[in-house]
Amino acid sequence: MTGLVSEELLANVGRQSIPRREIVTRRDIRKYAVATGNRQRKYLDGDVAPPMFHVPLFWDVVELDQLTPDGVSIDTLLPRFPLDRAMAGGLDIQYLKPIVPGDWLTAVRTLTAIYEKSGRSGPLIFYEVLMEIRNDADDLVVREKTTRILR
Amino acid sequence: MNPLPEVGAVLPQREFRPDNVQLMLYNAALWNGHRIHFDLPYATDVEGYPGLVLAGPMLGDWLHQVVDEWLGDAGVITSVSYSNRGATYVGDTLTASATITAYDADTGDLTFDVAICNAAGDVVAPGTLGARLFTAAA
Repeated sequence: MTGLVSEELLANVGRQSIPRREIVTRRDIRKYAVATGNRQRKYLDGDVAPPMFHVPLFWDVVELDQLTPDGVSIDTLLPRFPLDRAMAGGLDIQYLKPIVPGDWLTAVRTLTAIYEKSGRSGPLIFYEVLMEIRNDADDLVVREKTTRILR
Repeated sequence: MNPLPEVGAVLPQREFRPDNVQLMLYNAALWNGHRIHFDLPYATDVEGYPGLVLAGPMLGDWLHQVVDEWLGDAGVITSVSYSNRGATYVGDTLTASATITAYDADTGDLTFDVAICNAAGDVVAPGTLGARLFTAAA
């Protein structure tokens, strides 16, 4: 280990986003189903959301001056890391309840882990973000853990 | 869903040949303005990619579709775990595949190995996926 992950950096673990509340619409389901090449009528008609619909529903909407020159929105949940080149990451998702038009869903994101590993080409920093999505009855609807690797 | 689940069974594969229009619509549905997905001179000259880069989660969606089409209305996807292992580009032919690795007839729980491969046969997005059949006696 090269000590890239300092105590100061680790102090960010546990940081939570402000809850985001969004409404599910038939139109947004249809647009997502079409864009992903889905072939099932129930999704193309927007009767029910396909898996991964929470990805577009909770993608950050920021104003133009908050985008970087390459068009990326800065994730304010994350601290400044000593490595900044993002490599491929992974997703773990649990689907607990169906999502249908009219649902109001609230997402909270938490930075749950930061750790270091040595890769073939040098040190790597891993971080994990947990997103929990609940309906208005406070039932967990989707639970998603994202793992990202920086080099 | 047809035929009945059997461990080792390979589901019908699906080929995807995403073009600029599909990639634009996908990123518009997300509100994703990352230039590598639509600005070809930027993607190639500045970032050094051979073409417009496909969005990673779109491949993740296709891992679901190959199983979800097979399930139809007989069941539902309950979980997925996957990673994006390599970049893919507009013009690529990508194949989504799934194999049943476990089936519990009592609970209806199914587990699959899923993957997206490029035309060279490289696995660009491997994963595992869980589903549950409605018809099983719980």
